[in-house]
Amino acid sequence: MAWLLVSNLSTMKIKSYIPRTIVNLTIPLIFGLTLLFLWEVLTRGLGVPSILLPPPSQIGVRIANSLPILAADFQQTFLKAVLFGYVVGCATGFAIAIVVDRSPFMRKGLMPIGNLVAALPIVGMAPIMVMWFGFDWQSKAAVVIVMTFFPMLVNTVAGLSTAGHMERDLMRTYASNYWQTLFKLRLPAALPFIFNALKINSTLALIGAIVAEFFGTPIVGMGFRISTEVGRMNVDMVWAEIAMAALAGSLFYGLVALIERRLTFWHPSYR
Amino acid sequence: MLKTLAKGSTIPVLVVTTAIIVFWYACVVWLNAPFERDQAERAKKEITFSQILPKTMEQKRPVLPAPHQVVREIWKTTVLKNVTSKRSLVYHAWITLSSTLLGFAFGTLLGIALAVGIVHSQTLDKSLMPWIITSQTIPILAIAPMIIVVLNAVGISGLLPKAFISMYLSFFPVAVGMVKGLRSPDIMQLDLMHTYNASKAQLFWKLRWPSSIPFLFTSLKVAIAASLVGAIVGELPTGAISGLGARLLAGSYYGQTIQIWSALFMAAFLAASLVWLVGVIDRRVLKRMGMAQ
Repeated sequence: MAWLLVSNLSTMKIKSYIPRTIVNLTIPLIFGLTLLFLWEVLTRGLGVPSILLPPPSQIGVRIANSLPILAADFQQTFLKAVLFGYVVGCATGFAIAIVVDRSPFMRKGLMPIGNLVAALPIVGMAPIMVMWFGFDWQSKAAVVIVMTFFPMLVNTVAGLSTAGHMERDLMRTYASNYWQTLFKLRLPAALPFIFNALKINSTLALIGAIVAEFFGTPIVGMGFRISTEVGRMNVDMVWAEIAMAALAGSLFYGLVALIERRLTFWHPSYR
Repeated sequence: MLKTLAKGSTIPVLVVTTAIIVFWYACVVWLNAPFERDQAERAKKEITFSQILPKTMEQKRPVLPAPHQVVREIWKTTVLKNVTSKRSLVYHAWITLSSTLLGFAFGTLLGIALAVGIVHSQTLDKSLMPWIITSQTIPILAIAPMIIVVLNAVGISGLLPKAFISMYLSFFPVAVGMVKGLRSPDIMQLDLMHTYNASKAQLFWKLRWPSSIPFLFTSLKVAIAASLVGAIVGELPTGAISGLGARLLAGSYYGQTIQIWSALFMAAFLAASLVWLVGVIDRRVLKRMGMAQ
């Protein structure tokens, strides 16, 4: 029935803007609710042990009952480690990219290496960072910095070269200097690439911080909670933590995507 | 010869690599020197900088091992050890590689299947696509250990749980890339197929599939790197005793920094060669299809 409803909705042709966005939002929502409903029915109906997969209602109750713990974990992992690491990692990646861009030699030398490192399993750095910076959030922030740095570097350098020759020549005829060309032409043209990196990094940062917590933390934090509650077989608490991580990750991603839409309204994919 | 070298990126890459190694050695001295000073103070001896310098390079548990120590450790655990030995890095790399490849294969198939469904059904497009994107904002890597432990509890152990995490990570780039690729033929080409009275299957196999191949390979490169990360993180829970991830964890428990770094380098080498391999196949296939630039 839900399937019929969704397929009817998605084939409807709606002209005006606001109802269309509402319909576009409802379709995935109905789909998601159906999935949750199926999950609930299947786990209860088939008697799946709640250690394996607790039904959504049980997870919901657990979330409602342990809000203070969840809030403390959120503050430790997200507000401290993720945000700090994300901002510093992206900013340094961006700054280095601007510097590298000035010299073709550096660009040729650094880009292949940057591309290589961006594909490497950097999460593996986590034990080293914990050893260097201690158990608190600083070591997690360090992992996040390293993880977010390379995607930002590679994407910004690639973005800075997108402005075409025509536009650059035009800027020359205006007698604009390097900085004017950079700020008025090349940086705006690079924005789609920069936002691509920001979006990739928003999920990477959360992953980095949580995984780094597996290697040792004080007794608070999302990664810590997940690994200890798994050990105690409190799977519903783990799922509550996952739900919160997913919510935080999606909101973070959505926020970056929203800012992107505001700033790169001129890009063909949004027109 | 020299001219082509100067034009290409070989020399700049070499220069930057050398700079990184020099910087690394400088960091080794800087980070390991406090330990040596401490030792000397305890022994009530004066120690000069020129005495510290060689010592920082040869510590047993350095804060940061010197590159030659890491290279020596890798050499010792790959070439000099029997491949089947538990202490051989090749053995651990093989364990990781096998679950990476299994997960990668599943992920690619799932990604392509999803993309085909999304391109052909508007309902799937509207209902599934937002959830595919949401699925990636869930930090799966973070909950990987839980998946492993839970699957172990029901009796599924070994390769499959790790491969599952690799699959989850690798299906996304393939699905997104293939949706783009299968939609890449423009209206002119689609109309041409219409005038030939091509069926839906013919349209798919003769136009959509071939034109999506370049997109497929671009996403495969991302996907294989992601599945390697997934396999390594999947090996982190204490249950795992073999694989590069287990080496990392064991190294961090016992403070064996050289072991951590050598496992990291092995993982890096593995990632680079896998991406390179996909690149080679990419070029071969595109050449056979007449699409190479």
